Amino acid sequence: MRSEVVVLSVAFGYLALLFLIAAWGDRRAEQGRSLIGSPNVYALSIAVYCTAWTFYGSVGRAAQFGPSFLLIYLGPTLAMLMAPFLIRKMVRIASAQRITSIADFISARYGKSSSLGALVALIALIGITPYIALQLKAITVTHAVLVNYPDAGDLRLANEPFWLDKSFWVALVLAVFIILFGTRHLDASERHEGMVAAIAFESLVKLVAFLSVGIFTVFVLFQGPGDLFARVAATPALASRLGLDAVPGGTTGWVGMLVLALLAFFSLPRQFQVLVVENVDERHMARASWLFPLYLLAINLFVIPIAMAGLLLMGDADPDRFVLTLPLSASLEGLPLLVFIGGLSAATSMVIVETIALSTMVSNQLIMPLLLRTRRLHRSASGELAGWLLGIRRVAIVLILLMGYLYHALVGDAYSLVTIGLVSFAAACQFAPAMLLGMYWRGAHRRGATLGLIAGTLVWAWTLLIPGFAQSGWLDDAFLELGPFGIDWLRPYALFGLEDWDIYTHSLLWSLSANLGLLVGVSLFSRQSPLEQTQAALFTEALHPNLLETSLWHGQTTRGELRSLLDRYLGTGTTARVFADIEPRERDAEQPATPAQIARAEQALSGALGNASARVLINSVVRGEALDLESILSILDTTSETLEINRRLEQKSSELAQASEELRAANERLRELDRLKDEFVAMVSHELRTPLTSIRAFAEILRDSSDLPDEKRVHFLDVVVKESQRLSRLIEEILDLARLESGRLTLNPQHLDLVALARHSIDAVHHMQADRGVTLEVAIELEKAPVVGDPDRLEQVIINLLDNAGKFASGDDAKVRLSLLPHKRHYQLMVEDNGPGIGEEERERVFEKFHQIQDPEQAPDKRHGRPRGSGLGLPISRGIVAHLGGRLWAEKAPNLGGACLIMELPEAPPDTAEPG
Amino acid sequence: MAKVLVVDDEPNIVLSLEFLMQQAGFEVVTAEDGESALSRVQEGAPDLVLLDISLPGISGFDVLERLRGDTTHARLPIIMLTAHGREVEREKGLALGADDYVTKPFSTQALVEKVKSLLSEVS
Repeated sequence: MRSEVVVLSVAFGYLALLFLIAAWGDRRAEQGRSLIGSPNVYALSIAVYCTAWTFYGSVGRAAQFGPSFLLIYLGPTLAMLMAPFLIRKMVRIASAQRITSIADFISARYGKSSSLGALVALIALIGITPYIALQLKAITVTHAVLVNYPDAGDLRLANEPFWLDKSFWVALVLAVFIILFGTRHLDASERHEGMVAAIAFESLVKLVAFLSVGIFTVFVLFQGPGDLFARVAATPALASRLGLDAVPGGTTGWVGMLVLALLAFFSLPRQFQVLVVENVDERHMARASWLFPLYLLAINLFVIPIAMAGLLLMGDADPDRFVLTLPLSASLEGLPLLVFIGGLSAATSMVIVETIALSTMVSNQLIMPLLLRTRRLHRSASGELAGWLLGIRRVAIVLILLMGYLYHALVGDAYSLVTIGLVSFAAACQFAPAMLLGMYWRGAHRRGATLGLIAGTLVWAWTLLIPGFAQSGWLDDAFLELGPFGIDWLRPYALFGLEDWDIYTHSLLWSLSANLGLLVGVSLFSRQSPLEQTQAALFTEALHPNLLETSLWHGQTTRGELRSLLDRYLGTGTTARVFADIEPRERDAEQPATPAQIARAEQALSGALGNASARVLINSVVRGEALDLESILSILDTTSETLEINRRLEQKSSELAQASEELRAANERLRELDRLKDEFVAMVSHELRTPLTSIRAFAEILRDSSDLPDEKRVHFLDVVVKESQRLSRLIEEILDLARLESGRLTLNPQHLDLVALARHSIDAVHHMQADRGVTLEVAIELEKAPVVGDPDRLEQVIINLLDNAGKFASGDDAKVRLSLLPHKRHYQLMVEDNGPGIGEEERERVFEKFHQIQDPEQAPDKRHGRPRGSGLGLPISRGIVAHLGGRLWAEKAPNLGGACLIMELPEAPPDTAEPG
Repeated sequence: MAKVLVVDDEPNIVLSLEFLMQQAGFEVVTAEDGESALSRVQEGAPDLVLLDISLPGISGFDVLERLRGDTTHARLPIIMLTAHGREVEREKGLALGADDYVTKPFSTQALVEKVKSLLSEVS
């Protein structure tokens, strides 16, 4: 008997080694020297296909059903032959659309449908949990065998409290490991390089362990293969048991199993993860397409010999354990431990990848779409959501493993290893029609895919999952024999009277028929939305050259809005990377975003949140028809080569024309800037000379006329003082403007309440307005309007707006109205007057420097006495507001009919909104 | 007593010019834009005009051009005032027939001298 301590320390030592490899892989990736940039590593990582089920179960299945186990590996071998076109296409699509999982893939194909994504995630969760349970079971059972041999050991685990159950602790240890290596990056479409390196290493370990047992069995326990086969041939009962006739279901059983394995190879979440999401270079496909089948061949080479030897030496009991019991029976110390580690490798690699894939689906397809519907999320601070998302994934990892544990503890005993695995395979197969058909048939429709998936999954549950529960004693299993309520044709293992089939082939036939039938049937009679049409085209034509360079967006939004959206969901660091080529100057916030920038923002969001949620978020800031659907569809339809070449030529020449146009424009702009500079200098000099003129004139008058009456003297001195003040104000404004334009304006942003600030500003101008005979109306119903800004500067802006409005308010009942309203996570402060208003063509020009509002309708005499501004107030105000992330613009006044200036500032994040 | 028309849109500059001209012994009329400057000339027949260039509405140049186009005022002495120190404007003003061109801020004594000498030339 091996000591518990040795076994446990070897196992934990092995996990620690994995940990080191994963950490090393991640470090190398960060340094840009990827460890996994090799086709060999890619091929080895695909071997995550071989789980504990392969490692222990193949021998068990061979002992019971002869060579049928091979079909599970022939399927993937066939699949890998298709890699150069099929998997390559999946990889292309996934990298172009930043796909994070198979659920994301299917959701993206069918018009970024969040409900379809959620359905796939849910099915995967239900279908794959047994498979995870299987791995936990394998680890605990083999551990028990190893420690207790030759006693069988009591493995009725459900009878123990869970804290005594080792598989519970195995699940928790794995959860910690996976959280450490699976959720380092927010972007789920980014590769988990450390994890992949560890998985590839595990593939090597399990292969070496299995080959060692095989060689030991054939050459040590027997005198070579000749001896072994001769001994089997001498026992006719055994010989026939290992022959082709032993395959359940005969020929249909063969075909069924082959199709099952082939489809599952593409659609198991972990296979999709390593094949597609983790692929670093599609050229690796070429080598993997023969190296991986070779790996499968090697790991299966000794299955039949071990099964034969086991049956000869150990009898019929527990063939699932032959791999371990054969070396144990020879009283070896090292080999059984190596086998245990091999099995541990097979089990942990599966659990790690599967859990990462499932947790991404749970966070992106199930939780995120729900959270996006709650308003609270929109108000969270920058980067906070990024933390949330990682948190959700981590919690999901723990829950998925606990679900696996529960299934293991409650149901696990009823089925053999292979059986549980095949049930999961059959569930994953339900994704294949929607995924594969969606890549080749543009007409496949969301509704068809949804209904097909639901129907296929229900049939799967009825023909495999529920009978499984029944056989573990959770349900009365009479319905298996008699059908529910005695309805004969609904018997789970003989649906519609299809008797004597292998249960998997039987289930696969009915579930895939229902799935495919509804997918095709419903699609034929449904019309796709424009978005789904585009996505369908992008998927089916994924290998079309140059397609993905096309900019798909042409809606309207500003860079600032895009930026703040990304900030909230991805954090500032990622945002900065996404917009690396855009200058960080705040002035850019007002600029409209280019289609390429919108597309990049959506891609970045997709990588973290999944396609469907990314789409919802982008739509929340982009105005207008977002996608240029027609141009995409027209590009896709011109499949003829000549058209393609023509298009490229046209593109080149238009690029040239564009480049020279850009040069010309740049030149023009430089000249314009030069002219503007001259004009500005002239304007400044004019504005400075005006008060200076009065000052000098009156100073000279006061100097030269000694006999001035006191009253005049005081009046003139007063003028000098006033004009001096005007001069200093002007200089201050010019300096402000210069600072704004050179980006050196120092602002002191802090949380403040716009309501309080507005009231304060109103108090400041109140007497002035009253002197002018202007009535000031205030319409603020908000309690609070938290924004981030510089209080002094914002007050300057508001006073300036009120002052301007006061100057232009006219008539005997001159009126100015200030209102403050919330608007789409912003606040709008609106100052209106009942003056003549600003003509449409002047509304932008009032923000030009030194622009004086011209008012041809106003009679000249009325204009007398109207104080003239410097023409700098509005440009400065706009600059300040833009610096604070807001906007300032002019409109027609909605209430008073004159001019209306609107200042819009983003709402401050709620958590710190209390003014301190 | 000679009559001087002062045209400027800055009230304080008008005030200073008015005081200076009155002190020098002239009668003063004022206008704060081009339109009213033209009507003051029509109704009041001033002997000299101090005319600012940048006026709201019709500019000082336009006023000058119109007065010179009208034979009755072809010889009316006009001094242009400007806060633009540019040479081009001075040329333009003189070419349009201004008698003199004064840049703001100006020396009050020099301006009064100029007005006096122009008026004595005419008489």
